[in-house]
Amino acid sequence: MKDYSGFIFAAYAFAAIVVGAMIVKIVADYRDLKRKLARFDGREIKP
Amino acid sequence: MLKYANPTHFLALAARLIPWLAATTALLLIAGLYLTFFVAPDDYQQGSSVKIMYLHVPSAWLAMMCYVIMTSAALGTIVWRHPLADAAQKAAAPLGAAFTLLCLVTGSLWGKPMWGTWWVWDARLTSVLVLFLIYLGLIGLWRTIEEPAQAARAAAILTLVGVVNIPIIKFSVDWWNTLHQPASVFKLGGPAIAGSMLWPLLIMAVGFTFLFFTLHLMAIRNEILRRRLRRLSIDAAHAEEQAEATA
Amino acid sequence: MMQSSLSALFWRELRIARSVGGGGAMGLVFFLILVSLTPFAIGPDLNLLSRIGPAILWIAALLATLLGLDRLFQADADDGSLDLLLTASTPLELIVVVKCAAHWIATALPLILASPLLGLTLAMEPASLGGIALSLLAGTPALTMLGAIGAALTAGLRRGGLLMAVLILPLATPVLIFGVSGAAAASGGTVPFHIPMLILCGLSLAALAGAPFAAAAALRARDA
Repeated sequence: MKDYSGFIFAAYAFAAIVVGAMIVKIVADYRDLKRKLARFDGREIKP
Repeated sequence: MLKYANPTHFLALAARLIPWLAATTALLLIAGLYLTFFVAPDDYQQGSSVKIMYLHVPSAWLAMMCYVIMTSAALGTIVWRHPLADAAQKAAAPLGAAFTLLCLVTGSLWGKPMWGTWWVWDARLTSVLVLFLIYLGLIGLWRTIEEPAQAARAAAILTLVGVVNIPIIKFSVDWWNTLHQPASVFKLGGPAIAGSMLWPLLIMAVGFTFLFFTLHLMAIRNEILRRRLRRLSIDAAHAEEQAEATA
Repeated sequence: MMQSSLSALFWRELRIARSVGGGGAMGLVFFLILVSLTPFAIGPDLNLLSRIGPAILWIAALLATLLGLDRLFQADADDGSLDLLLTASTPLELIVVVKCAAHWIATALPLILASPLLGLTLAMEPASLGGIALSLLAGTPALTMLGAIGAALTAGLRRGGLLMAVLILPLATPVLIFGVSGAAAASGGTVPFHIPMLILCGLSLAALAGAPFAAAAALRARDA
């Protein structure tokens, strides 16, 4: 039986990168939006 | 149920659900990976390369399920013009593209040792590639049209036109003779796959599905917030204009 | 009443397409250039050219049809006549069909007529010369109708032309596959000629039945 560990490792590493990138992008987007919205709330309360 | 169609109620529901969904996803994926690497046997024909299947089949399944979810959201946009349906559509497109890419790449990495080639131009591979291109086109459309409601209606029409591709993907292995193996899990007369390999596969598939729902819910929440931010900025710009006009 | 307004629209579209810059003649020239560029790219090997001739002609026809189509609704959106068409009593779906028919006659028909001549320069066999013309005749209506959806979706957008190609080219894959296999089957091979031709006709009819509704919905979705 041949050794396929290189292919298996590449597949799982790629999956980890794709899933990780999706999570990071969505969470970063959420924090960015929250910060911008908070700035608006602050501006409305001041005057 | 209808109560959660209101974006504010939806945000509250999402905030409660997301931690539980994320925890379930993590548990399922850890269990699935453990079963894949330490319990599932090697295939007597394909050897250890069959471990790629536990990634490839779930991502293929999600690539299609995501399009079906996007299609139902598109119907919601067209029939009810509901902002939540718009958000669900917009949030699904990049996720679908990512899972389709994952499906193509893992399939390629499985195909090289098994078939001796990275890629063949057969019906299954080509139709999945077309699905990937449709996702990319939808993302392009979303980014080009600025007004969110108008972008949602345009994307909904394109989504509904592109849905013809889904049955072609599903049945391509039955309609045409190809290198790609036919369906072995969901078929009449029960699955044609040994239980020791079926269980890890099912757990990985459920884990991927939960991963999708978690990410989708988080992305919908982002879209709702983005729309809110857009409206606030427009209102602020209007207020400034009026202040300048009166001054 | 409705009939006369539709026929007036039809002749107006044909007149615009035939005028300079309307795209009718330009599409044909573009087709000619695409086909004559390929031998420079792959070399003057006549055996190779005659084998891939149908593919070259089909890809050139696909690009010429789609790139010409981005003006289908764009000009009307720019000068405001689209708003008149939207509020007209004539169903928008019929207007789309009429515009597509005029566009097909002005751009695709000359291309179909020219394709056997260009096939000669690619050293294609006599049987496949007829095959390419027939397969284009059966398949280009589907391309025009699919392109109309893309044109309607991108009407009024800046840089809409490239986006339209990105949206529609993946959907045009089946037409391309069966078009080329139809043209290739005409000069022998294992597949009988009529099978890809029937599938092409089916694709064109399905596009003709469905696309006007999608394109009209896309035009209505632009505002309100």
